[in-house]
Amino acid sequence: MSVHLTAQDYALEGSRRPLAALYSRNARAVIARGLLATRSSNWLVMVSGFFEPVLYLVSMGVGLGALVGSVEGPNGEPISYAAYIAPALLAVSAMNGAVYDSTWNVFFKMNFAKLYQGMLYTSLGPLDVAIGEIFLALLRGAMYATGFTAVMALMGLITTPVALLMIPASVVIAFGFASFGMGITSFMKTFQQMEWVNFVMLPMFLFSATFYPLSVYPQGVQWFIQALPLWHGVELLRQISIASFTPAAAVHLSYFLVMIAVGLLLTTVRLRKLFLK
Amino acid sequence: MPTLAAGPPVISARQLSKHYGDFKAVDGISFDVPAGESFGLLGPNGAGKSTTMRMIGGVSQRTSGDLTIMGLDPEQHGPEVRAHLGVVPQQDNLDEELRVRDNLLVYGRYFGLPMSYLRPKADELLEFAQLTEKASAKVDALSGGMKRRLTIARSLINEPKILLLDEPTTGLDPQARHILWDRLFRLKESGVTLILTTHYMDEAEQLCDRLVVVDKGRIMAEGSPAQLIREHSTREVLELRFGSERNTTVAAELQGIGDRLEPLPDRVLIYAQDGEAALEQVISRGLRPITSLVRRSSLEDVFLRLTGRSLVD
Repeated sequence: MSVHLTAQDYALEGSRRPLAALYSRNARAVIARGLLATRSSNWLVMVSGFFEPVLYLVSMGVGLGALVGSVEGPNGEPISYAAYIAPALLAVSAMNGAVYDSTWNVFFKMNFAKLYQGMLYTSLGPLDVAIGEIFLALLRGAMYATGFTAVMALMGLITTPVALLMIPASVVIAFGFASFGMGITSFMKTFQQMEWVNFVMLPMFLFSATFYPLSVYPQGVQWFIQALPLWHGVELLRQISIASFTPAAAVHLSYFLVMIAVGLLLTTVRLRKLFLK
Repeated sequence: MPTLAAGPPVISARQLSKHYGDFKAVDGISFDVPAGESFGLLGPNGAGKSTTMRMIGGVSQRTSGDLTIMGLDPEQHGPEVRAHLGVVPQQDNLDEELRVRDNLLVYGRYFGLPMSYLRPKADELLEFAQLTEKASAKVDALSGGMKRRLTIARSLINEPKILLLDEPTTGLDPQARHILWDRLFRLKESGVTLILTTHYMDEAEQLCDRLVVVDKGRIMAEGSPAQLIREHSTREVLELRFGSERNTTVAAELQGIGDRLEPLPDRVLIYAQDGEAALEQVISRGLRPITSLVRRSSLEDVFLRLTGRSLVD
């Protein structure tokens, strides 16, 4: 410090920019930090996250598929059981990754690693941190989706170039879960409460027409499943995988666009509760 | 040390309060800090010092009262205010997933500073923190003292105008403390405003132009260290030890010596203008302390006088 400060150096002009209290337009610094941390320490965790849906696909699709044979696809044509469940597993993996990153990961960095405490003593605002973390979650989701789609191609489960659209669609699904998940985390205070997240996720994974069609349920249960986000993700990716679209695809996509909007709104409103105690 | 030419206060708090339910962590404190001053918050653990620091940084929302930092409310302009703040929190919160040098670089990026500035700055700060050889080490491989020095180095990455130091030297060895004090002096000479909390009297006496004594969320007294000692204590203190059983019982026999008597579990303090003269009086009453010590009054005595308790429990 060679320059001597004067009293004038201490006068600040306040910005009138909206959200100036919460946002400094520097989420990229949070993203850069996340990439550097991944490179130097936790890439192994990332790799394991990729294998989970692949293992499901191999065991259920190939193993169970040998018993099941072919099933009726979204357009009424028969497809192999593996081709039936693969898009659903991709949707589940998008959901799991996004929810993990926006709930457990945020909760841990908040309360134990004290990472955000350090960040928030700089020019960063809580919105920079939230945007950065959501972006990182989506980047990770996009990488998983790309890897999983490649595995599907290797297994001969991809029959149309349109199926590549499953990758951006997975990111949209992940975005919906991530933006909502972070808002939910702001209400959590203990690890016990965090367990509720798993309590919701596991049944949603098993029962959202992931492994068998919705028609097996009575009408009331069907309505309930259709209200949940994962079912929309599963149906959307299943239609994309064979390039056979019904008007319902627009509904599925809209469901997630609304979920993203509501989730971001909730997260922004709850930012002070989440980051500024 | 003179402060900078008169301007509006850099930090201004009015009836600042922070309540957690029924608990009043900070209970209506008011103070002004002019530019370039070194201002201390002295008090025991739980007095509300750290909470006050967090409100200044805009990361804790006040319950009531007014607070401006460089003319801005930190709750409304957190990022802008913090762009000029350096913060050393009580507990190190280094990024354990990053290496030592990356901790400085990444932290600088949080301020939006360019890499062309950050690279030489990071090396300069590593030098200052005596961590140049540890530049590519992992943070969890550092000793406690090294982590503390890295945290302090990190707080200087943006060349802050106001430096908030929450118990900066707790856990440092004496040599490291003196190096840090020297560095803080130099920052102060260049016009940086220092706000520090401490429960070490010597630290407060060394570093603070002015300080407030805080207890249970309230300000008990305010002034320069010398002023506080003059107003709330005598020039000298006679410390007597009679053995742990006798300290309190012997106190009755010491009545009338010096200006004031303070029996503590481990020793008896006699406040007097002339400590040696007081000791002679003690001896002349036929009392034989195991040890006796005459010393100058310190902020510890001020705190004891104001609150009836010691600073370090």
